[in-house]
Order: sequence, then structure tokens, then C-alpha cells
Amino acid sequence: MPMTKTKTLGITLYILFVLTPIYWLLNMSFKTNEEITGDLSFWPKEFTFDNYMVIFTDPSWYMGYFNSMTYVALNVVITLMVALPAAYAFSRYKFLGDKQMFFWLLTNRMAPPAVFLLPFFQLYSSVGLFDTHIAVALAHCLFNVPLAVWILEGFMSGVPKEIDETAYIDGYSFPRFFVRIFLPMIRSGIGVSAFFAFMFSWVELLLARTLTSVEAKPIAAIMTRTIGATGVDWGVLAAAGVLTILPGLLVIWFVRNHVAKGFALGRV
Amino acid sequence: MAEIQLRSLAHSYSKEPKGREDYAIRRMNHIWEQGGAYALLGPSGCGKSTLLNIISGLLSPSEGEVLFDGVKVNDIDTRDRNIAQVFQFPVVYDSMSVFDNLAFPLRNQNVSEIKVRKKVNEVAEILELEDLLKRKARNLTADEKQKVSMGRGLVRDDVSAILFDEPLTVIDPHLKWKLRRKLKQIHEQFNITMVYVTHDQLEASTFADKIAVMYEGQVVQFGTPRELFEKPAHTFVGYFIGSPGMNLIDVQRSERGVCFDGFELPLNEDLAKQLSSLESDNIKVGIRPEFICMQEQPVEGALPCDINHIEDLGTHKVLTLQLGNQVLKAIVGEDYEPDGLPLYACFPEQWLKLYVDEYLVEVQGSEQ
Amino acid sequence: MNKTQNNKAWLLVLPVFLLVAFSAIIPLMTVVNYSVQDIFDQNSAYFVGAEWYREVLLDPRLHDSLLRQFGFSGAVLLIEIPLGILVALMMPTRGVMASLSLILLAIPLLIPWNVVGTIWQIFGRADIGLFGWALNNLGVDYNYAANPTDAWFTVLLMDVWHWTSLVALLCYSGLRAIPEAFYQAARIDRASKWAIFRFIQLPRLKSVLIIGVLLRFMDSFMIYTEPFVLTGGGPGNSTTFLSQTLTQMAIGQFDLGPAAAFSLVYFLIVLLVSWLFFTTITHLDNRK
Repeated sequence: MPMTKTKTLGITLYILFVLTPIYWLLNMSFKTNEEITGDLSFWPKEFTFDNYMVIFTDPSWYMGYFNSMTYVALNVVITLMVALPAAYAFSRYKFLGDKQMFFWLLTNRMAPPAVFLLPFFQLYSSVGLFDTHIAVALAHCLFNVPLAVWILEGFMSGVPKEIDETAYIDGYSFPRFFVRIFLPMIRSGIGVSAFFAFMFSWVELLLARTLTSVEAKPIAAIMTRTIGATGVDWGVLAAAGVLTILPGLLVIWFVRNHVAKGFALGRV
Repeated sequence: MAEIQLRSLAHSYSKEPKGREDYAIRRMNHIWEQGGAYALLGPSGCGKSTLLNIISGLLSPSEGEVLFDGVKVNDIDTRDRNIAQVFQFPVVYDSMSVFDNLAFPLRNQNVSEIKVRKKVNEVAEILELEDLLKRKARNLTADEKQKVSMGRGLVRDDVSAILFDEPLTVIDPHLKWKLRRKLKQIHEQFNITMVYVTHDQLEASTFADKIAVMYEGQVVQFGTPRELFEKPAHTFVGYFIGSPGMNLIDVQRSERGVCFDGFELPLNEDLAKQLSSLESDNIKVGIRPEFICMQEQPVEGALPCDINHIEDLGTHKVLTLQLGNQVLKAIVGEDYEPDGLPLYACFPEQWLKLYVDEYLVEVQGSEQ
Repeated sequence: MNKTQNNKAWLLVLPVFLLVAFSAIIPLMTVVNYSVQDIFDQNSAYFVGAEWYREVLLDPRLHDSLLRQFGFSGAVLLIEIPLGILVALMMPTRGVMASLSLILLAIPLLIPWNVVGTIWQIFGRADIGLFGWALNNLGVDYNYAANPTDAWFTVLLMDVWHWTSLVALLCYSGLRAIPEAFYQAARIDRASKWAIFRFIQLPRLKSVLIIGVLLRFMDSFMIYTEPFVLTGGGPGNSTTFLSQTLTQMAIGQFDLGPAAAFSLVYFLIVLLVSWLFFTTITHLDNRK
């Protein structure tokens, strides 16, 4: 059918639009700085891993990746741990102030991070958490937890209440029911919540940079170092950029089968 | 409006069908004549819905041809086949009002708004939906939704055919009967070919002039309700039609006809000849419970039997008979009272059917 | 679902409450506190009441950046929502190609925002970037670092590149949730492709589109990192959006009071507009 052809052409063009800038970054990361600043070329003439070697051999570079991974992982774990029981409460019970609470949680997703930069810095300094991984993880919870509660609540509401009741009649205790029966039923929801938590924590820079200086500095902030006295070290910058894309690719690979169901946030 | 012909049609859902069991529809030929009211009857999973979807073009068959008025339509999209189809579970466009739902098929053909209003009101009246026209379709009950679904099939009076896929499953019993009458009326009024899929023989026989019985992907008999009852062309038809179904007894060849458990059933000469020309050993005889007559005397051809059980259904009684190792059902009048004496069952010759390889063996050229 | 009244459920919500309250309420209080005081250093501050609010609400610099911000967010929504729907409609529905296109489309969403800025900073340069180089070779005088219009469009293009995928993936999952029976019924009813889109697909995308519009509005309204890396807000103020104006004020000039007052106004605007979007979209459909 001609319609299918038009569609294939359209989606191919759009994906090309998405991939071209990334290809350009990848292309550059394998070039020497001389080649980059010289004539434009579509693929590296002198293929080199030097830019990557700079990153892999310098602890101040690769520790940046380690720092980012650490706080992102911490954030995902904390987010899920606190959001799961809360989402269950919202999906199953009425309680004093439940609607107001839910709305208030969501408003935090709408707070411009720029608004909170300075108070955050002061708060975390005053409790002695400045420049730690946990500080960034906690700060990112501000916008990740509300989103996770929202997504999970949608999925949990899709599970009939009779399931809970049957389990109690069968003699399950609440924790055992929750872990053994309930959680497996909302796998897609958990996968997608984790995906969103990873995504917004991994890509965020403003808060992460403000709350760290040396020990927990994220890779994205270290990248600004490439602008030195002699100008920009384009090759290393590009290589560092490419390396920040890889963890995301890995995560999307794992959740690819849940995306169709999960992105609808269980609410369609 | 059209005559629908299926020519050596077969369909398999798997890409590389290996054996018979991979086929949902097994090679078959069939003709639905223009203007008929037909039922397609069969148990669930026999391929009824698949066949409907092939006719409407939602599925394209793996083999064979579909012809409308002699023109091959295999490559014509559903949209252009101009067919209406009502599904088993209601599909309503839930963002639209009931009126817009009913008007949708007409507006898609750019029918003028005046005519749209006229047709929609007409159909709404038939289906008793007038009071709901302004309501959003999503707020309707299941049977109201199904009426809207049916309405969308009925607003177009220029269609080649209307196909119903068990449309009354979700509808209340008392409304079922009413809607079936409506459909029949619409059929008489507009003379549209209608094919009605169901697994309920009563529904089939009240709606249709002719019934196609489907079994394991094939139409095994196509006939009037009476033909299906009196002369089942396949053991499945015998078993499926009637309540209880036909008694079927495995038999062997014998000198004068066929025998089982030491009883012999003589066959007339023509039938015996017919049988001797066939090689298969899969031979059965069938007789409807209605046609077994009970005798108290050992008359010619009657076989001695015992009564295991009597069910009194109010209008008639169903006897469960033990005849050698066979258990048979027989239907007798309400006032039948067995008096404990030896009993004999008699199989009148014209109602005793012979099946070889599950298909009816008939004497060629004879009319019954 | 009918829920049971149970105030003990609070125990389950408590961890979330404490965690979010720690990161939200204390900093918010700090901001409120700043917004009504004049601060010279850590030990001397004077209560000034609504002074700062009056000042920021009359500040032409802020008016400008607010206008730019609405213009930008408007353009973002006008392009990304329809384009996202279109991309979702074009995506393969099953098989390897579906997974593949899904993964490829999701890539921009998972790139750190400053790297997004870096990618486009490189890509748009006439000397080392393919995009800038190609445009200049085609005879277009393009330079995002010098020309305000070019800069604005580059930031917009970058945002479209970065975020259209989110709308597309949301719509894709919405489309997958439509039962096949609806498409079958529509074909039987002889609906055109357009009618199928207008009367079957679009209504069923409503809930994901609400999420998409809200997320895109909020995030584009709060955009900071990407234009900061790409253009630093320039040339001139052409790509200085609200967040950046705010950070300049608070950290660059240490005008804590006005910055705080403005922060709260900013927060309220996001809340208000999000609420307006949400109520109009949900009520639009239930009117009949």
C-alpha cells in the first residue's frame, strides 16, 4: 500500500533528523583536534581512540561517571522504595487530606529548579550533606517521587481490589502479599517509573552541579573543563558526550517492551 | 446488494500451515444468494467469525476467492466492499453522541445531512434509541451500546450485505427476541442479504430461511431448518441440531445390512449396494430420538431394550434406553407410562440414516 | 474504584511526605523569607514587606524575559504536539522495527541536558558542525552566535529535537491501547483515514496528550541548561529565558530579595497555567 510507504519514509526521515546530530558527535569523538578544526569530513580520516583514552585514564574524568551513576542509582532506589507504599495508599484508601496531598506532591514537579538553587545549597550545607551523592539523590527525589507516585497509582488502580481481599483470605500477611503478589502484577509500572526516575536524574545538571564540588561532581559538570586556556578540546568533549549517551541506551533497551504500555501511565 | 460466493476458500492463521488442524477454514465452496436471510451455525471455534471477517475483507484468505455478484473482491479493501458488519461485542465511538455514531457511516459517504437525519431517526425508532440520541455513547449500558452498533450496520440501505457476528450475546433475553423480530422485519423491508452467525440453533432457525452448519472449518450442511432436522448430512449436524441430538451408533457391515452388539439392522437393497461400494469401516447409523417408536410387543424389526431413566420435561418425556451396550435417547409423549414389561424399540426405515466417514449415505436419485 | 476510609494509610504516605517536605518546604520557606527581606550579608537583613514584589513586577527586564518565555513555550507546544502525534502515527506497530524505532526515538530523552546543548553547539557551528556548514554552503547566512533570530530558532530546533520524542512515545503508547475492534468497525463504516484519526484515534489520545502538553509546557517554561550551554542567553538577550534571568539575579548579582520574590511569582505562573491547561482540556470534552 502506498500509505505504508509514505509512513516508512516519514518515520525514517524523522529518525535521521534525530540521529544526525548524535552521529556528528560520534564522528567527532574519533577525530583528532587538528582534523576537527580543519576541513569538514563526514567520517574520521585518522581514526583515533585518544579522546576516549584521556577519559579512561584520568580519574577526575571517569570518577565523574562513577559519581553520576551512584547518585542516579541511589535516586532510583529511594524513589521506588518510598513511592510504592504511598501509591498503594492513594490507590486503595481514602484518608484525611489525600487529595490535597496528591496535588501538593504534583506541584513539586512544577517548581522551576532555578527557584530553589540557593536554598538547596544552604539547606544541604547546613545538614552536612553538601558534596555527597546522597544529597543529589535526595534533591532529585523532589521531582521524581511525585511522578513515580502518579505513575504507580495509575497502574495500581488498574489491579482489582478483589485481588487484595482474596490474598488476605488465603492468609497472606500484607508485606508478603505486597511483594509476592502485588508487585509482580504491576511490573510494567515499576519498570517505567524506574525509567523516568533514571531519565530525569541522569539528565539533570543544575541541581547536581550546585550541590557538589569535588567528591560527588557529576560527569556533565566535569565536561565544562574541556574549555581551557588553549580553547576547547573538542575531541575529548565529544567523547565525553558520547559516553553520557550510553547508559541511557542501556536503560531504554531494558524497558523497550514496557514502553508501549507504561508510557500511557496505565491511564488510557 | 449482492450474491456472495466463496470459491475453494481456505484460511490459516499460521504462515506455514502444516496439516489440517492448522486451518481455521478448510477448503470450501459456498454461495449466499442475494436477498436471503441466512444463519451460520456452529460451536465456538469452528471458524464462523473467521469466515465473516473474510467476507467483509477484515481478513484476507490464504487460499481461494471471494466473489460479489461474480466479481472477485479479494483485493478490494473492506471500505469499498460496502458491507455492514455487527460484532459480538459492541464497538461504539465513545467520544461521539449516539446520533453521531449512527450518522457516522452515512457521513463517511457524504450523504446529505437531511437524509442523514431521516435515516438515523428511522433506525433509532426501529431500535428504540430515540430517547438516547443526544447522549454520549460512552455512558450507555452494554445492550444499548450493542443496539447502537447494530444501528450503524442498519442505517446504510445500499450495502451488499449485513453480517452479524453473534450480535445478541450481551443483550437481555426478552430484548433478544424483540431484536431478532426487528432484524427479520428489516430484512423483509429492504431485501438485503443478511448472514447471522450464532451458536444457538433456536436463534438460527427463528432468524434464517436457510442455515449453514459449520464444523471444523467447513460448512457441512446448508439447508432449511427442517432439512437439518430430518436429513442431517453429517453426524455433527445430527448431534448439534435438536435436543437431545441424534442417536449415533457405531456399526459393522453384516450380511443383510449392518449390525452392532449382536443386533442386525437390515438395509434396503439400494442402500446396501451403496454401502458395499465404499471401503471405509467408519460406519454409523443415526436416528433422532423423536423418531424411535416404543413397542410392547416384539414386532418385526423391533429390538429389546430397558429404560434406564425418564426425564419429564412437561411437554414431552425423554427416555434413556439401554440397548445392548448402547445408550440411546428417545422422545415420547407426555402421557407415556412404561408398565415394567419388556420393551422394544423400533427404528422406522425412513428415519434411519446411514453415515460413512461421518457423511450421510443416500440412495442416488431417490427423494425423501 | 471504591476506596475505604482508613487514616492509617497515612503511615504508607509518610516517607514520601517527609522526603519531599525536606526538599520542598524548607527551601520554599527560605525563598519566602528572602522575598520579604533586604539582605546585605549573613547577619544583617531588614524586613521590607512587599517591596521586592512591587519591584520585580514592574521590572521591564523581567517583562521581556517573561514574554520571550511565553513565546518560546507557545512555539514549542505548537510544533512538538502535532509533530509528536504525526511521528507516533508513522511508527511501525509491531516487530523488530517497532522496538528499533522506539529505542532510537528515545535517545534524545536520555542525554544530559548540557550535553544536548553541547551537541547542538557543535552541530550548528559553521566551521566544525554539519548543520551550520550545510546551511552556509546552501547560501544561508546562518550564525547562531551572532544573529539573535538564528539563535532563537536554533534553541527552538534543539528543543524540538530533544523533546518531540516524548510526545511521540506518549502518543505511541496511547495508540497501541486502542483495541483492533475499533479500526475494524471504522473500516466497515467506510471511514477515511482522516475520519479514523479525528473520531477514533484523537479522542483516545486525550489522556496521554494532557500529560504531554503539561510536561512540555512545564519543562519548556523552566528551560535553563540547554540554551545556557548553546548560546549563554545571547546574542543580546534573545535566548535569555526566565530561569536564566533568575539565576543571573540571584547568583550573578546576589539580588537575593528580588530574585526570591520573582521565583515565587514564577512558580505561581507555572502552577496557574498548568492548572488552566488541565481544566480546559478535561472540561472541553465533558461539556456536552
